[in-house]
Amino acid sequence: MLSSLDRKLLRDLRSHWGQAIAISLVIASGVATFVNSQTTLRSLESTRAAFYERYRFAEVFAGAKRAPDSLETRLAEIPGVARIETRIVEGVNVDVPGLDEPVLGQLISVPDTRRPLLNQLYLRRGRWLTPGSDDEVLASEKFADANHLRAGDKLSAVINGRLKELRVVGIVLSPEYVFQVKPGDIVPDAKHYGVMWMNEEALSLAFDMEGAFNDVSAELLRGANVDEVIFRMDELLDPYGGRGAYGRKDQISHMLLESDINGLKSTGLIAPTIFMAVAAFLFNVVLTRMLSLQREQIAALKAFGYNNWDVAWHFMKFVLLITLVGSVIGTLGGSLLAGFFTEMLARVYQYPELFIRVRWPLVALAISVAAGAAMLGAAGAIWRAVRVPPAEAMRPEPPANFKPTILERLGIGRALPNIARMVLRQVERQRFKTCVSVLAVGLSVGIIVVGQFMQDAIDYVLEMQYFRMQLYDIQVSTVEPLSTDVQYELASIPGVLQVEPMRSVPARVRFGSRYRRVAVQALPEDVSLLQLIDKHQATWQPPPSGLVVSKMLAESLRFEVGDVVRIEVLEGKRPTLELPVLALLDDLAGLNVYASLDDMNRLLREAPRASGAYLRVDKTKQQDIYRALKEIPAVAGVNVKDHALDSFREVVAKNLSSMKAINLTFAVIIALGVVYNGARIALSERSRELATLRVIGFTRREISAILLGELGLITMLALPLGMGIGWCFAYFLATFLAHEEAFRFPFVIERATYGLAVTVVLAASVLSALFVRRKLDHLDLIAVLKSRE
Amino acid sequence: MAFVSTTREEVFEAREVTKVYHMGEVDVHALRGVDLQLYAGEFVVLLGPSGSGKSTLLNILGGLDVPTGGTIHYRGQTLTDFDDRALTQYRRRHVGFVFQFYNLIPSLTAEENVALITEISSNPMTPVEALALVDLEKRRTHFPAQLSGGEQQRVAIARAVAKRPDVLLCDEPTGALDVHTGILVLDAIQRINEELGTTTAVITHNAVISDMADRVIHVSDGKIVSTDSNDKKRRADELEW
Repeated sequence: MLSSLDRKLLRDLRSHWGQAIAISLVIASGVATFVNSQTTLRSLESTRAAFYERYRFAEVFAGAKRAPDSLETRLAEIPGVARIETRIVEGVNVDVPGLDEPVLGQLISVPDTRRPLLNQLYLRRGRWLTPGSDDEVLASEKFADANHLRAGDKLSAVINGRLKELRVVGIVLSPEYVFQVKPGDIVPDAKHYGVMWMNEEALSLAFDMEGAFNDVSAELLRGANVDEVIFRMDELLDPYGGRGAYGRKDQISHMLLESDINGLKSTGLIAPTIFMAVAAFLFNVVLTRMLSLQREQIAALKAFGYNNWDVAWHFMKFVLLITLVGSVIGTLGGSLLAGFFTEMLARVYQYPELFIRVRWPLVALAISVAAGAAMLGAAGAIWRAVRVPPAEAMRPEPPANFKPTILERLGIGRALPNIARMVLRQVERQRFKTCVSVLAVGLSVGIIVVGQFMQDAIDYVLEMQYFRMQLYDIQVSTVEPLSTDVQYELASIPGVLQVEPMRSVPARVRFGSRYRRVAVQALPEDVSLLQLIDKHQATWQPPPSGLVVSKMLAESLRFEVGDVVRIEVLEGKRPTLELPVLALLDDLAGLNVYASLDDMNRLLREAPRASGAYLRVDKTKQQDIYRALKEIPAVAGVNVKDHALDSFREVVAKNLSSMKAINLTFAVIIALGVVYNGARIALSERSRELATLRVIGFTRREISAILLGELGLITMLALPLGMGIGWCFAYFLATFLAHEEAFRFPFVIERATYGLAVTVVLAASVLSALFVRRKLDHLDLIAVLKSRE
Repeated sequence: MAFVSTTREEVFEAREVTKVYHMGEVDVHALRGVDLQLYAGEFVVLLGPSGSGKSTLLNILGGLDVPTGGTIHYRGQTLTDFDDRALTQYRRRHVGFVFQFYNLIPSLTAEENVALITEISSNPMTPVEALALVDLEKRRTHFPAQLSGGEQQRVAIARAVAKRPDVLLCDEPTGALDVHTGILVLDAIQRINEELGTTTAVITHNAVISDMADRVIHVSDGKIVSTDSNDKKRRADELEW
C-alpha cells in the first residue's frame, strides 16, 4: 500500500514527465558510457591476459641471420630466462588462387613432433599439421577469412626462389598476431598479409636452415630484468647476424593492443564524468523550481508534523526514481554499446573468444555513482527548500530582486528594447544557472567536435600518408639486400613507370643510455616517390651525411636536432655509426629514421645495395605487373598502396562511423536535456509574466521571443564556448592521450566539424524550444490574474 | 456629472451572454444570460460576492475569454466573432487591464514596465507622462521589488492607460491593499476616467467603492440583478471602509 506521500511522488513524476525523461536519458548515457568503457577495458585486459597466459606469449623476441641450434642451450642459460624456443621465420611471396595481387606471407616453423613451447596456437578449425608433411600449413584466421580459405584449400608460395604448393589444413590464432599488421602499415590488411605455420623440418630444408634457427622467443622468470636478458641475448646472437632482441613493448601486435587499452584507460571516464555532472546540474535546477512551486505544500507537510528529513527524503525519492529509470536504460544501453564495441574490436583483433559481457559489479558501481551525482545535485535545492520554517513558507516568496545589467550600468544598454532587457536581466540574475547551462550546452558542442575531429584526423592521415608522403604505387622488398641493379630489372617490367631503390637497415639507435630498435630507411637523395614531410609541411631530402628522424623517436630517446646519435647496424659487417640528426619529422606513424642510400652504403662499406624499391606504375597494367613481380625470385614482398588504403578505409571508416553515431546521440541527449529543461523551467518561472503580457495585448510571437530569447542567448553563448571546448578536448586527445609510438593522432579540425556541431546543437535547441513553444499556446490567461505566485 | 443618457455612445452591448465551464464532470454556469450596455466615458462598478460571475463578465468584455452563448458588440463590431489573433489586437489597441496582484514584470523598472505597452501602441503617451498621472514619475527607475504594493498597483494603472485605451478594466484593484493605499489607487483610476474620458469598469466586492461610480451593476449567481444610477458621486478620497 502506497503512502499518500508516495502517491504524491508518483503524480509529481507524471506532471514532470518530459523533464524526468530528459534527465533520465542523461543519466542513462552516463551509466551506459561508464559500463561500456569499463567493461570493454576489463574484458580487453582479461581476454588478452588469458590468451597470453594460456598460449604462452613470449616476453623477449629476437631475430638473427642464421644461428646454430647449439646456441639454444646458451640462450636458455641466460639468467632470468625460464624457457627458450627457437624457430625459423621467413617472409615469402604467396599466391592465393583467384587473387591477382601478390600477398605477403610470414612462414613460421613449429616443431614436428610436439606443440610449441611458446607462442602456442589455438586451432579454430581443421586439424594440426601431420608430422613430417612438407606441404601443410596452418593459416591465421583473419587472412583465411579475408581470402575465403578453408581447410583443404591450396595456395602457393615462392620459397627460397622455388614455387611450392601449400595446403591449408587448419585455421589458427596466435598470441603473437592478435593484431596482425604488415610491418610498416598502420591498420591490418588481412587479405594481403598472412601468417602461416609449417613443420620445422620442411621449412628448414626449404630455406637451407638445417641445424640452425633465425628467430628466438623467451619466457622469463618472475621478476627477471628484461633489459638484462635483451642485452645478453644480443651478445650471444650478434656473431650470427642478430637483429636485436626486444621485449613485448616493441612487439608490434602487443604494442597496438597496449595503445588501445591505454587509450580506453585515459579517455574512458571522460564521457561518464560529463554526463554525471550534467545530470547533477539538471537535478539541481529542476528541483529548485519544483520545490519553489511546492513551497506552501512543504510548509503544510511540516505544519502537520513531518520533519525536515521526512520531507527531504520524499523529494530525494523523486530524484532516485528518475536515476533508477536512467540506470536501467543505461545498463541496457551499455550492453548494447558493449556489443557495438565487440563488433568494432573483432574487426581488428584475433582472439579465440572476445565477448564483452556486462559485469554486474561495474553496473552496480555505475548506478551508485549516478545516484551519488544525482543526490549531490539535488541536495542543495532540497535542503534550501525544506529548512524554511513553515510559517515563513506559507507566505509567498518575496518578489525577485533585479538590477540593471552590467551592460546597462555601463550605459551601453540604453538602446535595448524592453524585451531584451528582461532576457538579459533574467540571465544575469541567475548567473550561476546561466553559466552552467552555457557550459553544459557547450559540452554537447564539444562532444560533437571531438567525435568529428577523429574523422578529420583520419582524413588528414589518409591524405598525408597515402597521397603526400607515399607517392609510389607499389613497394617491393627483396629477400636480402641485393645490388641496386635490381632496379633495372624492375624498371623493365612493362607498365612500370618509375623505380627508386631503397634499403631498410635494421639497427639500434642509441642516444646516451637509451636506445630503440628501428629500421633505418636509406633512400636516394633525390627520392621522389617517398616524401619526408615535417610538421611545417616542408619536404626534406635524405641528407648526404646525417639523419632525418621521427619526432616521436627523438622524444623517446631525448635527443634534439644537432645531436649526434649512434646507429648500431644489425646486419652485414655490423658497424656502429655516429650520425648527426638534421631534422625531426612530425610524422604520423611509427618510429622512422631516414638516411641517404649512397651515404649508408658507403658507411656500411658495401657495394651499392638495395633491399627494395618504390614503383610508380601504369594502373591499367597493374595485373600484369603483379604477375611479373611474382616471377622474380628475389622479390620477397610486394606492398600495394591502394590495398593498404582500402583496408585503412574499410577498418577505420567502419569503426569511426559507429563512434560518430554514438557521439552524436550523446551530444543530442545532453543538448536536449539541458535546453529542454531550461525551457520548461523558464516557462514555469515566467508563465505569469508571459500571461500578463498576453492579456495586455502581446501576441504569441512576441511572448515567445521573451521566453526563447533566454534560451537563444544561452545557446548563442554556448556555441563559441563549445567550439573552444571541442578544440581543447581534441588538442588534449591529440597531444597527450593518443600520442603513441605506433600511431599519432594529428591535431586537425576542419571548419565543417564546427559547422556540424553547431548545426546539431542548434537543431536540438530549436526542437526543445518548439516543444515549449507549443505550451505557450495553452497558457491560462485568466488563472494568472487571479493567483499570486 | 449626470450624463447617463440613451443618446450617449454605446461602447459595449452584451446580449444574452452565457458562460459554462466544464469542470471535469460538472458544468459550472458562470453567466446565465447577461444583458448589459456600457457607455463611453462612464465609470461603472460591478458589485457582487465572489463566484457571482463578475470577473467572468469582465474577462469576456476584455477579450480574454469567449462566451458560451450570446453576442457582444464593441463599437459596432461583433466581439464574439473574433478569433484569437483579432482578440489579441483588440486587447492591444483598446483595452487597459488592472489586476488584483499588479502583475508587473519584476525584471523591468516602473518606466520600462510602462514602456512595454507604449512600444507596441499606435498613439501612446510617454511612460513618464503615464507615471505622472499616478504621481510616480519620481520612482520611474525603481524595480517592482523596490516599490510598495500601492505603488506597484499605480505603476500597473499607468501601464494600463499609457496607450490611451478606450476602456479600462480593473479586477479588484484594491483587493490586496490596505485602505489608505487602496484610496490612492482608486483616486488614480478616477482621475484617469475624468481626465482622459476612458470608459472604466471596476470589479469589487467592496460596496463602498460603488459611491464613486456613475452606475453600479449588481451581479449575483451569473445574472445582473439590478442596475443603479448614482446621482451623488463621491471622490475617492472621501471614501472610507
